[in-house]
Amino acid sequence: MSTAVHLRGLRRVFGSRAVLDGVDLDIERGEFVALLGASGTGKTTLLRILGALDRPDGGTVLVPEARTIVFQEPRLVPSKRVLGNVVVGLPRGAAVQEQGRRALAEVGLADHARAWPHTLSGGEAQRVALARALVREPELLLLDEPFAALDALTRLRMQDLVGDLVRTRRPAVLLVTHDVDEAIRLADRVAVLKDGRLVTDERVEARRPRDAADPEFTALRRRLLGDLGVRLPAAGPDENEKAGRPSEGAIR
Amino acid sequence: MTAAPVETRAYPDLVVPRPRIPRPRRRGMSVALRTLGPLALLGGWWLASATGVLSPDVLASPATVADAARELWADGQLTDALRVSLTRAVLGLACGLAAGLLLGVVTGFSRLGEELLDSPLQLLRALPFLSLVPLFMVWFGIGESARVVLIAVATTFPMYVSTAGGVRNVDRRLLEAMRTFGLGGWRLVREVVLPGALPSLLAGFRLSMTLSVIALIAAEEINSTSGIGYLMTQAQSFSRTDILSVCVLVYGLLGLAADLLARGAERVLMPWRAKGAAR
Repeated sequence: MSTAVHLRGLRRVFGSRAVLDGVDLDIERGEFVALLGASGTGKTTLLRILGALDRPDGGTVLVPEARTIVFQEPRLVPSKRVLGNVVVGLPRGAAVQEQGRRALAEVGLADHARAWPHTLSGGEAQRVALARALVREPELLLLDEPFAALDALTRLRMQDLVGDLVRTRRPAVLLVTHDVDEAIRLADRVAVLKDGRLVTDERVEARRPRDAADPEFTALRRRLLGDLGVRLPAAGPDENEKAGRPSEGAIR
Repeated sequence: MTAAPVETRAYPDLVVPRPRIPRPRRRGMSVALRTLGPLALLGGWWLASATGVLSPDVLASPATVADAARELWADGQLTDALRVSLTRAVLGLACGLAAGLLLGVVTGFSRLGEELLDSPLQLLRALPFLSLVPLFMVWFGIGESARVVLIAVATTFPMYVSTAGGVRNVDRRLLEAMRTFGLGGWRLVREVVLPGALPSLLAGFRLSMTLSVIALIAAEEINSTSGIGYLMTQAQSFSRTDILSVCVLVYGLLGLAADLLARGAERVLMPWRAKGAAR
């Protein structure tokens, strides 16, 4: 496998505060990396630098040419229908339209191609944003807390959808999130950003489909929450029961 | 950014992301760039006069115009004219802005208001205000009131259109939320709707201000005995292109001052707008 993202000594300074202070990270092609961090730790800044939306103050940044972003909000153009939003910026033509329709079908919205964005629910709009990102066949897919604004049930469904789509298309993925369970469910590797550096970077060994009741899942979750500064009570008999809830480990 | 060439070579199919974001500019630089345009105009004028491309019968040279301005200023003609003209413009503009704001809020905020008022106002808006000059002379005589009313009428409509649009575009969900907290009627308009529509209001303000100067010229052509328009009529009959140029320049400077005022108002009235956003 070859490398899709190569970061060495990445720095970004806001005012006098170094939000990113020497971040080293490599992502292989087809690898799914989840980046965890409390709010304000610069994980979104890191993603924006990879997406060429922000400028690094130092270090080496190498990314593939084809990269797309799914933002926290759908960011659909209200004056374009759903299909128009999916193929926005692509050359016009029947082939592209067909590609857009296929991407919409993949996210389960084939019937909504002619709908206006404001008529969609939050989850549907976010699926359109996902289709818009996937139709470009990215080598690097950047996900900026794409499930954060969704309700718990929709979020679980969206996570499964993203997991499936990524497995079939195999782009490199960087998922920025503050939800530990989400990170463990989806990623091949999880990293924790703290004080401008990656303090943890480890593979997720738990078998797929991942179950929050799996002891390996629980142990990793406990370790990651520890890195994020959340202390859980000592593991007791009720641990499995608790871990069954969808977003219990979320840091808000 | 220091992209180490060794590393770039190790990954031939990867690229360095190139963000297309303008770098923040220092304030002094920004001001300098803004003054560049007017200075270039002045320089071009001076050059054309000096080389003889522009004959003095057509347009006097900058130096002659400056002399004329000094002369007019010294004998008090210019200050008197300016005072009279500004009074007319400001009075008319104030009336026009108030009327436009009121009508705009009513039609933008209430459905009934829009249904009742919008079409007649659009109809009146389509009338060229210059065509009203003779009618106003009949109605209001040739005194001050005709002039002030003409400026007021001319400036009402840009303000009205901008206000109505801005008020209509205030986030409906925000209004809904505010209603659940018991905010309604005039307080809702004052505390939420008007601040939300402020960018449009200021755009209307700028359009109206420019138009007030245009209307001022038209109003002062009516049988005037004072003001910048009168000064121009005088200069015209004596073929004094230098004085004519001074008057034209004064109008231009008035427009520029009005624009600066609106910009300043934007900064003062909208403190919640992030500095970065007000590029």
